Parts: sequence; C-alpha cells; structure tokens
Amino acid sequence: MAKILDPAISRIPEGPVAEKWTNYKAHQKLVNPKNKLKLDVIVVGTGLAGASAAASLGEMGFNVLNFCIQDSPRRAHSIAAQGGINAAKNYQNDGDSVYRLFYDTVKGGDYRAREANVYRLAEVSNNIIDQCVAQGVPFAREYGGMLANRSFGGAQVSRTFYAKGQTGQQLLLGAYSALSCQVNAGKVKLYTRYEMVELVMVDGRARGIIARNLVTGKLERFAAHAVVIATGGYGNTYFLSTNAMGCNCSAAMQAYRKGAWFANPAYVQIHPTCIPVHGDKQSKLTLMSESLRNDGRIWVPKKLEDAKKLQAGQIKGSDIPEEDRDYYLERRYPAFGNLVPRDVASRAAKERCDKGYGVNNTGLAVFLDFSESIERLGIDVVRQRYGNLFDMYEEITDVNPGELAREINGVKYYNPMMIYPAIHYTMGGIWVDYELQTSLKGLFAIGECNFSDHGANRLGASALMQGLADGYFVLPYTIQNYLSDQAIWPRISTDMPEFAEAEKAVRDRIDHLFNIKGKKSVDSIHKELGHVMWEYVGMGRTKEGLETGLKKLKEIRKEFETELFIPGKKDDLNIELEKALRLNDFITMGELIAYDALNREESCGGHFREEHQTEEGEAKRDDENFFYVACWEYQGADDKAPEMLKEQLNYEAIKVQTRNYKN
Amino acid sequence: MANISFTIKFWRQNGPKDKGHFDTREMKDIPDDTSFLEMLDILNEQLVAEGKEPFVFDHDCREGICGMCSLYINGTPHGKTASGATTCQLYMRRFKNGDVITVEPWRSAGFPVIRDCMVDRSAFDKIMQAGGYVTVRTGQPQDANAILIPKQDADEAMDCASCIGCGACVAACKNGSAMLFVSSKVSQLALLPQGRPEAAKRAKAMIAKMDELGFGNCTNTRACEAVCPKCETIANIARLNREFICAKLAD
Repeated sequence: MAKILDPAISRIPEGPVAEKWTNYKAHQKLVNPKNKLKLDVIVVGTGLAGASAAASLGEMGFNVLNFCIQDSPRRAHSIAAQGGINAAKNYQNDGDSVYRLFYDTVKGGDYRAREANVYRLAEVSNNIIDQCVAQGVPFAREYGGMLANRSFGGAQVSRTFYAKGQTGQQLLLGAYSALSCQVNAGKVKLYTRYEMVELVMVDGRARGIIARNLVTGKLERFAAHAVVIATGGYGNTYFLSTNAMGCNCSAAMQAYRKGAWFANPAYVQIHPTCIPVHGDKQSKLTLMSESLRNDGRIWVPKKLEDAKKLQAGQIKGSDIPEEDRDYYLERRYPAFGNLVPRDVASRAAKERCDKGYGVNNTGLAVFLDFSESIERLGIDVVRQRYGNLFDMYEEITDVNPGELAREINGVKYYNPMMIYPAIHYTMGGIWVDYELQTSLKGLFAIGECNFSDHGANRLGASALMQGLADGYFVLPYTIQNYLSDQAIWPRISTDMPEFAEAEKAVRDRIDHLFNIKGKKSVDSIHKELGHVMWEYVGMGRTKEGLETGLKKLKEIRKEFETELFIPGKKDDLNIELEKALRLNDFITMGELIAYDALNREESCGGHFREEHQTEEGEAKRDDENFFYVACWEYQGADDKAPEMLKEQLNYEAIKVQTRNYKN
Repeated sequence: MANISFTIKFWRQNGPKDKGHFDTREMKDIPDDTSFLEMLDILNEQLVAEGKEPFVFDHDCREGICGMCSLYINGTPHGKTASGATTCQLYMRRFKNGDVITVEPWRSAGFPVIRDCMVDRSAFDKIMQAGGYVTVRTGQPQDANAILIPKQDADEAMDCASCIGCGACVAACKNGSAMLFVSSKVSQLALLPQGRPEAAKRAKAMIAKMDELGFGNCTNTRACEAVCPKCETIANIARLNREFICAKLAD
C-alpha cells in the first residue's frame, strides 16, 4: 500500500477557497527591506515563469542569479506559444468570472488538480493582463481601443487575450524587458549559455547549484539562500514534440534524484493540431495554434474508400464533397464542436485514424478545413487572423490552405490543412505545496516545471497564465515565508565540502559518459527512446503495452550505457556532451512516466488507459480509487523502481462529476 | 517529394581568435521535404559516425520565433526563403540537384564567433538592458482597459514588437549597424502611451549603448529590411531618428 501523505504537508491555507489566497497574504511572513539585500536567490530558466520571477524578486530587493542555456533570456521556449493567455476579465460581457475560470480549469483538468492552487491562478489572472499592458505588451485591440478576446477550447466564454499568433513571444518579451531593467539596476545577474547540472544541498536545504558553462565547458559553483527551478516540461522525452530542441528535464531530474517528489508524470498533453510527421529525419513537430479551431472544421471522409484513395495519393481533400465529409467532433460533441479540450480532440483524431480514415500517406492525419469560414468571412479576414500560420504551413508542406481548390455544385472548396496530434505540454512535474516549494526545503519549482495547476489536462491559453501567475504574483510572495528567517545565515561559501562533492559527482558522470566509447550517437539513441515512448507510453496506453515499454526502456538505458559515443573534449564547448547529459535524464523520465501510467488504472485527461473507457470510447475516471496526486520518490539509483506517495485531493468548492462536452 | 544531392561548404572556426576555414562535403539523397537544419543534423550524424566533432550552430525552437538560428546561406542571412522566414524555416525543396551551398556565420564586429557558426549576440541583451523597457513595478497597475489604444496604433506597435532579435539585420549591413533592431523596440514603445514617459531617455540610452558596443551607423542601404525574417521596415529607423533628434533638442 502506498503511503498517504498528511494533508498538512500541502500547506493549503484555511478558509473558503475564494478567501485562501487573501488570507495567506495577510498572515504570511515578510522579509524586511534591509534583510532582502542580504538574501540571494538562484532562478534557473528565463521563460515566462523564470524571467518574471527573477525580475520581480530583483525589484523587491533580493539579489538574483538567473541562468539560461540559450544565448539570451529571450530565446526561452515560452516564446513559441501562439494562441493566447486566459484571464477572467469578462470584458466581453459573456458571463465570465474568477469562479468560472477556476471551474473551467478544474473541469478541463479532469478533476485532478488541487482546488486551492487553481482558484489562486484564476484570481491573479486579471493582474497579469494589467501588468503586461503596463509593460507595453501590444495585445490585439478593438476599434474603440479596448482589448480584444478570442475563444479557446474547453470554455464557453471569450476570455483569451492575444497578440496575433505570437502571444507567447510578446509576453516573454514583456518579462524579458522587466528582467533587463533589473539587470541594468544591478539586482539580477544574468548567466547565459549556462546549464544547471547539479543541485547542491547543505544541511537538508537547497543552497546552490553546479552549472556548466556551455562555452568553456567548465563546471562552476553558485550558492544562494534558495533555489527556484523554472525549467519547463519534459515533452522531449518523446524525441519528437512541439518543444524546442534544447528543452529538457534535467534540472527536474536533478531535484528528483536529491529527493524532490515528482508528481503525476503520466499527465502528458498531446496537442491535436500539429503538422503530421513526414519522415525519419524529422527533428521536431510544428504546432498549428489551437486558435485555428475557432474557424477551422476538423474532418475525415465518411467513406473508407475515399480515405484509401487519399492515402494512395489518388485524390485530394478538396475532391471530397461536403456530404461525404465526417465532421466527427461536431458529430460527437455538439455543444463544444471543434472547440473540445485538447485531450478529447486528440483522442478523437486517433480513433478515426485507427479505424482507417486517416488522410495522408501514413494514414496518420486528419483535415482542418477553412472553406466554410473563408466563404463566410472572406479570405482577407481569415488571413488577418491566421495569415502567419497559413504561411508557416505552406513553407513546411508546400500547400497553401487559403487557396481555392475547386468548386462542386456551386460550393467552393479550399485546400484543407492536414494535422495530427503531437506531444506538446506536460502537466506533471516536480511536486510543490501551496507555496510552490518542493518537498526539499529551499527548492521551489514554478511554471510548467511544477505539477500544480492543470490536473490531468491543460486548457489552451492556460500555460502562459500559469507561468506568469507563478513568476509575477505567487512565488515572490510565498518565497518570503521561507526566506524570512534565512537572513541570519551569512552568504554560503562555495568552498564548502557539499559543493565540492556535487561538482565531483558531475565530473564523474561526464567522465563515465566519455569512457563508454561506443558507436552510437546521442540522437540515434534518443530517437529510439522517443519511438518506444510514443508507441507504448503515448496516446492510448494499456497495461501490457506499458509493461513492454518499461522493458524496452531498460534496454535503451543499457544501450546508452554501453554504446554511446561522444566526440570532442570534456572541458570545452561540446554539443554532443550537452545532449548526452540530457538524454540520461530523459531515459529516467521516460521510466517515471511509464510507472505512473501503469499505476493509474483509470483514464483521465491526457492519460488514457484503453482498458478504462466507456462504450462510446470516452475516458472513464475512477474517483473512488484514483482521486489523488501520485508523488514518486527516488530510491537511490536510476535503475531502481521509484516508490509512490499519495496526496489525496480534497474538493470543497466544486462537485466532482463526469466531464461532459456533449451538451 | 524527391531526393537531392549537393555540395555543402560549411565554416569551421575554433574560437574568436582562430582564422577559420571552410570544410566541404558531398551530401547525397537528401529528401527535399527536410528542413535546412535537419539537413545539418544529417551532416552532424555523419561527422559523429566518423568520430569527428559536429558542426556547431545555434538553433532551438525550429519554428521561426526564438531567433536563435543564424546562418548566412549562399550570401544571404537565413538563406532565400519564400516569405520572411528564419533559417529553421528554410526547406531543401528550395535547392536543386548539384547545387553548392555555402554556410557561414553572421559576420560583424558586434557578434564575435564562438565556434563555427555560433556567434555571441549578447550585445543585443546589453542594448535592451540600457533602456528597452517601460519601468513598471510588478504589482497592481490600473485596469488594462483604462489605457485605450487605437487599434491602428496597437497593430503598428505589434508589427514593431515582432522582432526576434536574430541579428540578420546586422549581418546584412555593410556597416554592421544594429539600427533596425534598436528602432523596432524604440518604435514599439514610442507608439504606445505606456512607453511615452521614457521615450526620449530610451532612444538616447539605446543608441549610446549600440555605438559603445561597436555597431556601425545606418546609411539607408535597406539591406537590413530585405533580410528581416519578421519584415521590420526602415520606417522604424526613421521613427528612431525622430525620437533621438527630439530628445537631443530637448537637452
């Protein structure tokens, strides 16, 4: 029997859910301005969460050391978020409220998120918009000068703020500008092209990191009173994903190996609208924003023989007349239609393709069609909304989705896009309490890196919201509750034996990898890992498949340990070594995902166990047995199975029910 | 889909002080729906298989938005893509069988080479730190809709804000000027009411920092806007000049 954690460990404040955050702030400990000057905080990562936290902490008076692996903080992968950011402003007068955003997020997460955290997220969402506008983020506006909104999956109101198809870019540049301001003020010291390679614990508290200077290859030591990791998700475990090439889970794995629990790793989001895989040389999958589902209709042929012809390249999508198209999302989910949440849309696409209705040469694609909206709105309006996405699609596939293909019986048919689901976001992450502190004292995790707000599935436009909520409005408060009694400690010296040991451990690991001297490149092993993960730990999981997957993951670890080859030198710029260190962690992460998926004998959100579905093929949750957060604890070695602790969920404000997007 | 074969000449340089040279390699049967960077991945797989060090270049998101990729391909920053696009959005179908493809780093005094085609663009961060922001405290500013901004101004500011900081403008400029980069940020914030209070200070500080870091002046050759993957225009530079002159006159 897995151990059940004491509810007090989550540090959820007393009181009704709507008053918890206000109460918390009223009673938390603060750090006086003089003491702030004596306190150092390490922030690893410069995405929305990391940059906003570093900027806010610096501005408050703390001394911040901020690290990123890229050449500039502005490159962090938050920049690639296209669609938008949610907030409960109710500017559209369509009945939105903090409660409704909270409710939609909990429901969208399939009732597996922690209520108190989500309510706080919804509560501060409005501050984020105010903050970003004040920074000069050029959100889309209406002619009267007010902010514009669009709708997104999983909601019946328009609450998404956006900046063309580049919302993540604009929000990140906003946070980057705030960060730059603090660098100029001398409160944040920036370390670019540095990668955290080890967490340093002193007397049971996180007190620093070892980072590898990616230009010189040297290991360097950094100490602080607290460490914040804001290093994103673990989607690249699957090799092919919408993540950037450099995205990795190494910081999270370092924390996990030091004892931080890893929560709900099985909750991986598969985004329904990505450009399908085209070949084995492919390095990443390109996302087409979910906002396309506002005006695009998803379909496959009604007749199997049409699908066969499409797969053989004998006909094109535009050859199939309206009456022979199956708009399966509109058919199955009349109330939400094409705007069902991502997990539902992804599974529905897989279901059609598994039945043989796929529309490209691999049979793994469905159509996203703009004919109806182009006819209704005109190509100019459609291009204004999605022009950059259409161009991007054309550049990659050589097909222009806005182009008139043919007219049948007076109905105009435009080239449809082809899309297929791909790994996109990871809801699971390092376990944190209400204060965003991990199970290790002094170590905090924010943004996608933690597990806290999205439950088993994240709604569109909520990742940006969470990253900025954590970084601007939550962590800078809650970290003070920890730091308030830390100013009595003098600056920690990096000459302490703990730092020397941590550095030696990294050096040994690097030596070990170099000494394998096998024949296989990092990427070739990573591709094999990705293949196993997608095949056995992907969209449709079974007990048998997961057990096979775990076996194959052990083989991959063995292969990595015996056949890896790294050219070049250790103490030098070495991109193969960087990738090898990350791959080691991806393998451990892959196993963790599989263990959790195997344990969770239910289907919920992004986790679908084929044994647990209704007759109609919908996910079947098991609240009686699985209404908990699975927290995995490292057992001292990567090849040992982790142990699970349960954080029971407790809902006070929301009645847990079956997720329904049909009516 | 077809396969193509071609010759690639790629720049190797061991550090800022190394003289550097081209390596040449025949690439055979590369599918033309491969992206340019995926083609370089194939090249690197081959090099590593031969026990050699891989060709180093910056890249990350591979969807044209992070601004990390920065290759000078056949004499053009980011190569000749269809619309404004970055290196990562260049596909091999734009090349022909038998082509010779030359790959070089951004070459500019402001961007020293780190290794091969990886250059140091931290100067851009320093210019931003000099003033590329609105000074605003995290907290509770007024309601977002309390600042009304005409749609046209917001759209124009958004176009200026689209700059990804890749540095193609500097690489294309015979003077190695960073004016398009600087002017895009100055324009974005100058067009918005939130940015006005610090507009004069910002223009002066960012230009001073740019000069200090060794970037050249603008002589209106428009090479920068021709290669900008995000279609920033030199109208921004005109606006920057206006802001700068007004600021200087006010002094």
